Amino acid sequence: MPGLGTSFGRGGATTNLQDLSNADCILIQGSNMAEAHPVGFQWVMEAKRKGATIIHVDPRFTRTSAVADIHVPIRAGSDIAFLGALVNHVLSNDLDFREYVVAYTNAAAIIDDRFQDTEDLEGLFSGYDPETGQYDPATWQYDDASAAASAGQRDPEQPTGGVGSDQHQKGHEAARSESHGSGGPAVEFKPRRDETLQDPRCVFQILKRHFARYTPQMVQEVCGIGPEQFAKVADELTRNSGRERTSALCYAVGWTHHSVGAQIIRTAAILQTLLGNIGRPGGGIMALRGHASIQGSTDIPTLFNILPGYLPMPHAEHHGDLDEYVAADAGKTGFWGNMRSYAVSFLKSYWGDAASAENDYCFDYLPRLTGDHSTYTTVKAMIEGRCKGYFVVGENPAVGSANGKMQRLGLANLDWLVVRDLQMIESATFWKDGPEIETGELVTEEIGTEVFFLPAAAHTEKSGSFTQTQRMLQWRDKAVDPPGDARSELDFYFELGNRIRQKLAGSTDEMDRPLLDLTWDYPVDERGEVDSQAVLQEINGTGPDGSPLSTYTELKDDGSTACGCWIYCGVYAEGVNQARRRKPHWEQDLVASEWGWAWPANRRILYNRASAAPDGSPWSERKKYVWWDAEQGSWVGSDVPDFIADRPPDHVPAEDAAGPDAIGGQDPFIMQTDGKAWLFAPLGVADGPVPTHYEPPESPVANALYPQQNNPARRSLTQSANPINPSLSEVFPFVYTSYRLTEHHTAGAMSRTLPYLTELQPEPFCEVSPRLARARGLENGGWATIATARTAIEARVLVTERLRSLRLGEQWVEQVGLPYHWGGNGITQGDSANDLVNITMDPNVYIQDKVGTCDIQPGRRPRGAALTAYVEEYRRRAGVGADQEKGDG
Amino acid sequence: MGRLSGRLDDVTADAGYEDHPPRVGFFTDTSVCIGCKACEVACKTWNSVPDDGYLLTGMSYDNTQALGASTWRHVAFVEKSSEVSLPVDLGMPSMSLPGADPSAAGQATESGDGVVTWLMSSDVCKHCTHAACLDVCPTGSLFRTEFGTVVVQPDICNGCGYCVPACPYGVIDLREDDGRAFKCTLCYDRLKEGQQPACAQACPTESIQFGELDELRERADARLAELHEKGVDVARLYGRDPEDGVGGGGAFFLLLDEPEVYGLPPDPVVTTRDLGSIWKHVAMAAAALTGVGVAAAVGRRR
Repeated sequence: MPGLGTSFGRGGATTNLQDLSNADCILIQGSNMAEAHPVGFQWVMEAKRKGATIIHVDPRFTRTSAVADIHVPIRAGSDIAFLGALVNHVLSNDLDFREYVVAYTNAAAIIDDRFQDTEDLEGLFSGYDPETGQYDPATWQYDDASAAASAGQRDPEQPTGGVGSDQHQKGHEAARSESHGSGGPAVEFKPRRDETLQDPRCVFQILKRHFARYTPQMVQEVCGIGPEQFAKVADELTRNSGRERTSALCYAVGWTHHSVGAQIIRTAAILQTLLGNIGRPGGGIMALRGHASIQGSTDIPTLFNILPGYLPMPHAEHHGDLDEYVAADAGKTGFWGNMRSYAVSFLKSYWGDAASAENDYCFDYLPRLTGDHSTYTTVKAMIEGRCKGYFVVGENPAVGSANGKMQRLGLANLDWLVVRDLQMIESATFWKDGPEIETGELVTEEIGTEVFFLPAAAHTEKSGSFTQTQRMLQWRDKAVDPPGDARSELDFYFELGNRIRQKLAGSTDEMDRPLLDLTWDYPVDERGEVDSQAVLQEINGTGPDGSPLSTYTELKDDGSTACGCWIYCGVYAEGVNQARRRKPHWEQDLVASEWGWAWPANRRILYNRASAAPDGSPWSERKKYVWWDAEQGSWVGSDVPDFIADRPPDHVPAEDAAGPDAIGGQDPFIMQTDGKAWLFAPLGVADGPVPTHYEPPESPVANALYPQQNNPARRSLTQSANPINPSLSEVFPFVYTSYRLTEHHTAGAMSRTLPYLTELQPEPFCEVSPRLARARGLENGGWATIATARTAIEARVLVTERLRSLRLGEQWVEQVGLPYHWGGNGITQGDSANDLVNITMDPNVYIQDKVGTCDIQPGRRPRGAALTAYVEEYRRRAGVGADQEKGDG
Repeated sequence: MGRLSGRLDDVTADAGYEDHPPRVGFFTDTSVCIGCKACEVACKTWNSVPDDGYLLTGMSYDNTQALGASTWRHVAFVEKSSEVSLPVDLGMPSMSLPGADPSAAGQATESGDGVVTWLMSSDVCKHCTHAACLDVCPTGSLFRTEFGTVVVQPDICNGCGYCVPACPYGVIDLREDDGRAFKCTLCYDRLKEGQQPACAQACPTESIQFGELDELRERADARLAELHEKGVDVARLYGRDPEDGVGGGGAFFLLLDEPEVYGLPPDPVVTTRDLGSIWKHVAMAAAALTGVGVAAAVGRRR
C-alpha cells in the first residue's frame, strides 16, 4: 500500500478497529464497511452511540449509508476531486492543525526549484516521459539542507536511493513502490526548511497552489455533490479535528481498485495529516483489507516484487550483491537504516548455516526481477504463450479478477494448471463449461491445459495465523482434521519442496543449490502435518544461541541472528506464541495489548509519538495516549510507544548520525528517512508527488480539472481481449461500479456453495436508479443485459432510490451497480460482473480500475455465438479498436 | 394453563413452574441493525434449519421475505424515499408539493439531498406472554419452558396446524415436506447450557440483545429516551408493553417507523383472548338449544 507507505513510512492501517470508537467523526469512503466488514463495523456503531458523526461518501446508498448520519452520493472514480476539495477547504481557511503540521510533517520542506506542478503543465508534473508513460522524479526532490545552493550540482543520473535515472525507471517497472509497506522511500538528505511555511517553494505553499482549483463548484461538476453537502462534510471533519477532537477515516477496495488508487489514498493521507489526525486516538486511516489475511499476504507476500517484511525483491541489473542491494534501498536515517540487519537475518532464515559472510549470505540465491511480473501481465504472457504453468491457490481468477475472459483465455493456453480449493471453482472447470465454451471461442478438445485439482483444507482444519486488517496476528487452532485428501497449504508446499529436493538430491548443478541448501526441516506430527508453530518461530527469528528474539532491534547484520520476517520479530517473544493470546477486552483496556500480537512490536496505533505535542505532553487530556514522562525518562501510555522509548522530545541528533540515531525527538514517523509525514512525496509514488484528479480509463465525462483526461502514468494492457471503451462514448453512456455483498465472499467459492448464504442473495443482480430504469425500460425483478467492449452479461434488476442520478453541470450521470460474486458453478449460477471490467492499472501497484462505462438494455443477453456478435456490434458502433493505442482524449 | 390474556407478571409460574429462572428474551434494537443477516445464518446453522429456497424476490435485499417453518430469524429491508421528485422530462411521478418547481426540486434531490432511508430489522418469534399457538396446541407439543419461552417439540407435534392461524404475527408454520410445525426455540438447548441464543451471539452490532426480560425492558427504555433526546422522534418500542394484546412479548423491538412499515401488526391481540367468552357463549347456546330440544320433546309428548 504505497499510498500510506510513502506518506507515513508503513503501508498498513495506522490505527485499529477498536480505536474507531474513540473518534468524534468517522469518514467512510471507498468502503461499504457495514456490508464488507460487518464485524469491525461494530466499533463505528460504538462511536456513533458515543455521539460521533458518521459520514459515508459512496456512489450507492448502502447498508453503511443506512446507519450513517450523512450519506453523500458521489460519482464512482471522482474521489480525488472530492478529497482534494476538502484539502483545499482546510488550507484556504487555515483550518489545519498548524502546530502539528509544522512539527511533524514535511510542510516546511523546500522542494527543488525545477519542480513543475500540474498547474504549470496542464495536468502533468515535471519529469514526464511521453514515450514510456513514466515519470522521473528527479525534480520532485527536497532542496538539500546541507547544500542549499547546490541543487544543480547534484548528478541526477547517480543511481542512488532510486532518485532519477535508469535505476528509478527499473524500479517502476518492478512496482517498487510496494516495498514501502514498512519503511518509506529513502531520501538522500534532510531538506532545507521554512518553519513559517511562507517560502513559495515549500511543500505547504505548493499544496495550496496545487489544490486551489479543487473548489466546491468543481466538486459539484466532477462528483455530482452539491455545495451544501460538501460544506456539511467539510464542517464536520474540521470541527471534529484538532487538539481536543479527532476524526478517523476508513477506506477499502473502493479506493484501491482504481487506476489512481494509490493517489486517492495519498489525498486522504494529506487531509488527515493536515488535520493532525495521524498517530492519535480516534484518528488515523483505517485501511480495511479484504480477506482474513490480506494484510498478512503483503507482510509475508504473495506478491512478485517484495520479500517478507517489505524487503524489495532484488533486481537483476541493479542488485549484483548484498552491498548494492542494501545501498540502493536503505535509508540513511530512521529504522530503515538497519535494512542490512533485516536482509541478512532473512537470508539466514532461508539458508541457515549455508549462508555466511564469505558467500554474501547466499544473496545470489534469491530470484531476480527483470521487469513486471504482476498478475495481469502474467495473464497476458499466458495468452501469448510465454507463461506455461500456473498455481491458483485460494483464488478464483475466472470470476474474481478483472476481465474474466482474458483470465480464462490465459488458463486455456497453459501446459499445466494446479488449482487448490475447497470447491470445484470456475478456474478449474473453465475448459468444459466456461462462457467461452458456450460462445464457441474456446473448444474443449482444443484446450491443452492439464488441470490438477487438489482439495484444500478449510480454516477450521488447520492451525496457523491470520494477519488481519489492523496488522494483528491472531492464531487459530485446528478444530477438526481435513477430510479425505484435503491438505493445508503449509503441508502441500512442504511436501512439494520435499519432493523437488528429493529429485535434485546429489545434483552438482549450481542452479540447484538454493533449493538444496534451504532450511527445510520442519517437525511433523503423527498425521504427517507440519507443526505450524515451528514456522512461526522461524518467522519470529532466533539469536546466536537459538533462543527466540523479542524485537527487531535485536537483529544483527553479522549473520548471528536469523529472522524470516523482521516486522514479525517478537511474535514468539520469550518462546510464547504471542498471536495466540486471547485475553478478552473486558479484562483489559480498549487498546487490548494482550489480544493477539500486532506488528510492529505490538503497537496498536502507529506513529503514536504524534499523540503528544512537540514538547512531549499530551495535546489534550481528552486525547491523551502516549506521552513523555520526564521523571521516568521514558515515553509512556497504554500502547507500546512507536518511538525510541528513552529519546527525549527535545533530542536533536548529531549532524552525522545515521539509522535510528538520526531520529530527532520530534520525528514521530520513525520509518521515514526524514522522520516526517509526507504531504508531498518527493519519491516513491509513480504518478506524481501530489494527487491529481484524472478520469477513469473509461468515463462518460471529460476531465473538468485539466486537459489531461486519464492518469498519464497508468499502465495499459494492450491485448485483443482487453478493448477499452472510448471516453465520452454515446454507445456506453453509463458508469458501472462493481462491489461485494455481505452475503457472499469475493469470487463466491465459499458462499455460492452454501445453502444458507446462497438463499440470502441467490442471483446476480444490478442496481439502477428509477430515472435510468425509466429511460431504458428496466423493470424491477426483470432482466437486464449490461454490455462493455469486453462482453455482455445478464442480471436481474433492482430499481432503487438508493442509486441516485447525479447531475454534473448540465450532464446527468447514471451509475449501474454490479455485485460480482457469481459464476457458472455453485448452488445458483449467473454471469460474472468481472467479465465486464477492463484491465487498466495503477502504476504503483498494478491494480485494475473497478469503474468503467457500459450500456444497459432490458431483457436477457443473446446465447452462444450470438453473444459474440452482439458485443462485436457494440464495439463497431463505439469505434473500439482491437488494439487500442494508449491515448488521452 | 393459566390466564389467556391481560397483564401477567410471572408467566413461568403461571405455567406451573414453582422454582424457575428469570424470564429471558430478546430486545432487538433496529436502530443499530446493519442488515448483515448473520442472525439468520447463525440460527440456521445452530438449529439445522433447512434452506428456504433460492428466490430473488426483487424486494430490496430481502430474499427471505417472512418468518416461517424454515426461517426463524428474518431481516426485513424497507426502502423509503421521501421528498424525492424526479425531472419531469422523463415523465416520472412527482411527489413534490403542488405548485413547487419540480425540476428545481429534482436537481437538488438527485444530487443527493433527498431523503432515502433503508430500515433493517431482524424479526423473530415474540415468545408472547399469552401465546395463542401454545393455547390451541392439542398435543402439548408447544409448551412454556422454565425460561418463560415458547417451544415446539418436534417429536410430539402431529402437524395438525392449529397453531398456524392462532399466531397473531404469522410466525409459526408447517414445513411442507415434513408436515410438522417449526419456529424459533430461543435456542432452548443453548439456554440450558447457560449460553445465549445463536443469533444474539452472532450479531456484530448488538442489535439483538439477549437477557433477562426485566433488564432488557429497562435497557430499551433507556435507549428510547436516548434516541428521543437526540431528536429521533420516530423511535418507538414494539411489544414491550405488558398490557398489550399479547401481554407483552418475550421478544420486543425498537423500531424507527410504524410497525406496519416493517410488516408487523400494529395492535396484535392473542387470538385466544376471547376463548373464555366464546366457550361461555357456546355453552349458553348449547344450553339454549338443549332447552329448546327439551321443550320440543316435552311439547311433542303433550
